[in-house]
Amino acid sequence: MTLEAGICPNGHVSYPAHPRCPDCGEPQDGTVDLADERAEVVTWTTSTATPPGVREPNTMAIVEFDISHLDLEDTFVRALGQATTDDIETGDVVEPVYVEELRDPDVGLKSSNPESQDWDGYRWDPA
Amino acid sequence: MGVAVIGASMTKFGRRDVWLQELLSEAGEECLDEAGVTPNEVEHLYVSNMASGEFEGQTGIMNALAHDLGVLPAYSERVDQTSSSGGAGIYEAWQSVASGASEMTLLVGGEKMTHKTTGQATDIIASITHPAEYKHGVTLPSFAGLTARHYLERFDAPRESLARVAVKNHRNGVDNPNAQFQREITVEKALDSPVIADPLRLYDFCPITDGSAAMLFTTEERAAEIADEYAVVSGIGGATDTHVVHERDDPTVMGGVVESSAEAYEMAGLGPDDLDVAELHDMFTILEFLQLEGIGVADQGEAWELAMDGATAKDGDLPINTSGGLKSKGHPLGASGVAQGVEIYEQLVGEAGPRQVEADTALACNVGGFGNCVITTIMEAAE
Repeated sequence: MTLEAGICPNGHVSYPAHPRCPDCGEPQDGTVDLADERAEVVTWTTSTATPPGVREPNTMAIVEFDISHLDLEDTFVRALGQATTDDIETGDVVEPVYVEELRDPDVGLKSSNPESQDWDGYRWDPA
Repeated sequence: MGVAVIGASMTKFGRRDVWLQELLSEAGEECLDEAGVTPNEVEHLYVSNMASGEFEGQTGIMNALAHDLGVLPAYSERVDQTSSSGGAGIYEAWQSVASGASEMTLLVGGEKMTHKTTGQATDIIASITHPAEYKHGVTLPSFAGLTARHYLERFDAPRESLARVAVKNHRNGVDNPNAQFQREITVEKALDSPVIADPLRLYDFCPITDGSAAMLFTTEERAAEIADEYAVVSGIGGATDTHVVHERDDPTVMGGVVESSAEAYEMAGLGPDDLDVAELHDMFTILEFLQLEGIGVADQGEAWELAMDGATAKDGDLPINTSGGLKSKGHPLGASGVAQGVEIYEQLVGEAGPRQVEADTALACNVGGFGNCVITTIMEAAE
């Protein structure tokens, strides 16, 4: 399992990847796996009104990965994900932890065709 | 070709016992009747709606409404741009008349939502997100929580400023007989309400709503012949921002608001200082700040001051959401952008009753998703 961001020939990076670079429109032809990188919490929320199949409460954070060591045009890339704890603060350093099922695919709007998307992924764990 | 609005109407917003088809007919019929236009004069019909299939299993509602209103064989089309379907409908209706394709265009927006549980409705709306977001259980309210925290921390804005948006819009809603809520709230009540998406609480969010709204468009020439009072669409713009919300360069800048309002101002030959009144998409209190900054009324990080000093109240420098906004009037997804148009039309032709302010120029900003798609419309009173 990877936490894969896309890279275009101009060095723009996005998570998730897209067929074309959102910044310049060039096809993304490279990837970088962020699963072993650390990130910093930009902002977070604890949602207490969650939809069917989602844990309650659900603390999520937008985090920023420093990718300046890759020597690309973009020096950071952000990602949103669940946190492993409700005890999180802006500026915390986190690392991705793999989870097989982030929410229950068998309930909710997509339960009639759960194969339409992935349900595994990474949570942010304070380092 | 200049485009005029010669009629506007809306149903009572709230919990309604009828289904979408009937809600749409109610607003559409009233709009035609009040304008004195017969169904056979309608050449184009646009129906703004986000999710009738997901909410009630009914699809093809443009055809259903065309048949029910007796506007056959008019061209009909359903317009879906999620929460900004109504604004997109205004854009389509404007295009249809401006291009000469139609001389009489009816726009009806509507949504029937309250028969679903809050969780189910939240899930339908959350399905607009990228699968990489959806699997984490992200909801539109949680985007609001993430953004509000960042805004408050970065610009050192008081939490109370968000509560003041809710208090103001509830106050305005008291004077709107079609609003879902017609009751005032206090800052204390807002700040003590249950947490929904920390740091945001219940009163930072609009309710789940059934309702419909309609507008009637024609050429300025025809309007001058048949209407006593009318408004003119002098500027309109639409823009799209990233699907994945965290990919935006600055989490506090709504790019779609910036781009669509710039387009609308340019077309109208106007700027933010020319506005007399505006309807902004306050699905969440934080969005009123981000839109005030996006349309150029306030600098980045400073819109909260307008809420604190009363500048956006009905008797302030620039009244915002005299209708009560989505916060108090309610938010039947596909209807909301049209209902914004109804409010600014009524303000411009002097039919806003107890909500009336002095206005010759008005703006409506309708936001889809969390700023994913945005339509900004500027209307002016006919000279």
